[in-house]
Amino acid sequence: MSVTSGSKATTSRRAAIAGREGVAGWLFTLPIIVILGLFLVVPVGMALWVSFSDWSGRGSPFSGDVSFIGFNNYQDLLGGGGLAERDFGISLRNNAWYVLLVVPLQTAVSLFLAVMVNRAILRGRGFFRTAFYFPSVTSSVAITVLWLFLFGATGAVNKLLSYLGVNGPNWFADPSGIVHNFLALFGVTSGPAVLTDNTALGVSYWDWLSGPSVAMTAFILMAIFTTSGTFMLLFIAALQNLSGETQEAAMMDGANGWQRFWRVTLPQLRPVLFTVLTLGLIGTWQVFDQIYTGTQGGPGKTTVTPAYLSYTSAFSNQEWGKGSAIAFMLFVIIVVLTLVQRWVLRERGVSRRRMRAYLPAASETNSSAAAVAAVAEKKDEVR
Amino acid sequence: MQRSKKMWAALGALATITAVGLAGCSGSSFSGGSAGATQNAGSPLTVLIGSSGDAETKAVTDAVAAWSSSSGTTATVSAASDLNQQLAQGFASGKPADVFYVSTDALAGYAANGSLLAYGDKLANKDDFYPTLVSSFTYDGKFYCAPKDFSTLGLEINTDMWAQAGLTDADIPKTWDQLSAVAAKLTTADHVGLAFSPEYARLGAFMAQAGGGLVSADGKTATANSAANVAGLQYVKSLLASGSAKTTKDLGAGWGGEAFGKGLAAMTIEGNWIGGAMKSDYPAIKYTVAQLPAGPAGQGTLQFTNCWGIAADSQNQDAALKLVEQLTSTDQQLSFASAFGVMPSVQSAADKWKAANPTFAPFLESADFAQGVPTAKGASDVITDLNSQLESIATGDPQAILDQTQKNLEAVVGK
Repeated sequence: MSVTSGSKATTSRRAAIAGREGVAGWLFTLPIIVILGLFLVVPVGMALWVSFSDWSGRGSPFSGDVSFIGFNNYQDLLGGGGLAERDFGISLRNNAWYVLLVVPLQTAVSLFLAVMVNRAILRGRGFFRTAFYFPSVTSSVAITVLWLFLFGATGAVNKLLSYLGVNGPNWFADPSGIVHNFLALFGVTSGPAVLTDNTALGVSYWDWLSGPSVAMTAFILMAIFTTSGTFMLLFIAALQNLSGETQEAAMMDGANGWQRFWRVTLPQLRPVLFTVLTLGLIGTWQVFDQIYTGTQGGPGKTTVTPAYLSYTSAFSNQEWGKGSAIAFMLFVIIVVLTLVQRWVLRERGVSRRRMRAYLPAASETNSSAAAVAAVAEKKDEVR
Repeated sequence: MQRSKKMWAALGALATITAVGLAGCSGSSFSGGSAGATQNAGSPLTVLIGSSGDAETKAVTDAVAAWSSSSGTTATVSAASDLNQQLAQGFASGKPADVFYVSTDALAGYAANGSLLAYGDKLANKDDFYPTLVSSFTYDGKFYCAPKDFSTLGLEINTDMWAQAGLTDADIPKTWDQLSAVAAKLTTADHVGLAFSPEYARLGAFMAQAGGGLVSADGKTATANSAANVAGLQYVKSLLASGSAKTTKDLGAGWGGEAFGKGLAAMTIEGNWIGGAMKSDYPAIKYTVAQLPAGPAGQGTLQFTNCWGIAADSQNQDAALKLVEQLTSTDQQLSFASAFGVMPSVQSAADKWKAANPTFAPFLESADFAQGVPTAKGASDVITDLNSQLESIATGDPQAILDQTQKNLEAVVGK
């Protein structure tokens, strides 16, 4: 490797590095490259191969009697028409609802908590920060066990609800979806034929729209409870880096507290927001420990997630190809959603509509509009 | 651009080198596996068990230690925290444990990929095992491994509640009608007459009593949506609808033993494993055990079992076979039975076991009409799916549930 990079300088920047320095550079980075290669690149490559092979779990996946079967494993999961496809569809449904609810809620809660404990005026800030951060430090297995007790049929949560006159559900044994339950309040217990007769991945549209099951909802509450503290820490760090001058300038311009938060503070938090959303997205698509220690996918398969399904396919059913195929599809989902999210959160120029508010009302002419457009374009270029 | 290309080339080269290296150094042991019986008499044995608790771990450890000292072959026992995962890792690495527990639903997978040694026919005590157990561990016509022990389902009755309801021994239900009748009599404001977990491993007994089963007797045809199975589930529905029976889920209990022990139900359907739980968790409850009542097609119950697998990659298969023979011998099974309450898998131990456990004799006597659970590769997924639907059996449509199961099952059996 040192030979390929060191002596021949190809770019002007590389030319500045003398041959010896190049060797030294590679030498210093070599340990981590070897470690990453051995424990990350090679296993991932092996898993990718397994997902395209009929490896049965005995001996090396590279041995002669393992053959390449193309996209068969993926085919079974995405269009096989059998149980494998349905299970995969159900796991995606469950996890999609989980992500849809957890990511926005945990981001909002953590931002709220951060703003609250960031106030200089608050007494005992240290105590509150510790209290909110505490669940994040605790092992997810311990919290899951705690949750199983809290949300048991006669657990603390249902006791609390009973004081309010609510007859709480048997949380971890209730497979009914909350959207379906909500609709049932209005007497809607089965969907229109359009939704019930058509299926995607073996699951009817009506079931896709069932919402998370009551059991999954308990996990959703748990995820928000445990991760908000972690992300609160990131937001606090960001908030403390914001300069006071901008706030003061906004104050001078007559912006009230609400406006300062939405128009001044929040836009400055965009990089952290991106980090929090990305980490949240990755974390929530990989739910595993809670399911493994908590419900094992039950009740009624409503807490099966792709990560858990990948594990059981490989280790319990010896369907190694399917297990790794699920893992790689999960990988694709996460990458695609992160890119989408990056695109949505990209830095944009101020829209004309909003810009108008900052311009003198009289100068609403062609020239000013052009100026606004120019400003907007310039911002895009900066990005 | 140029730079990143080089970086990728370097990484790629590195990955290839490491992969080849990995494959190279592990190659020898992998090829050893496919060659089959590599005998190395005297090489030590490892035993991997999925233990139910300290009592079982200690009993197996002691038994293996005793065999070790008499045979001169060292053997160590380890209790797996996750048996399936640890077995899978062992098979993939080419260095599995020599002797280990195999469940009926894992058998087909391990047998199909050649991980298991089909040693059943070499066993000296081969004919002593219950025939239904032998068929549970027969794959592709080969008897793979020796049944370790087994369990059947029975009807547990709370004797105090029974007496309070004015019932006597003569009222112990023999038919479905009688079961419905006593369940109704036993139902009070405080407890229901009968409780069971809403899953195939319990409700399947009713399907058997109606003359059904998920697969045909030879295990080659899916028969999930047969009229008998539908009738079995319809009867379960009628029990639930009458209000004299409830699922453990509706009672807020984890399983039948919990509902029974907490006095939420006067009767429950569980296997002989309930004995340990009653003794340790609910010693105050007095109960008796009866055989499950007969349905329209006669008596029926389900049977659960594990076997002692031997790895095809084991270095010392002869010793492993001897160890298994010792572990499944009549006397050894009787001492396992007294240590952790299992039922011996050999017929020669039956009488002694019944004499030692008179209360539990109905479980062992049920072996005559017990039905094994499907063992085809992929069947456990189908049963998981069936269970997920049986959870709402009270409101579900048995025909629709079983039709779905039939479709799923057809994809895995007879392949």
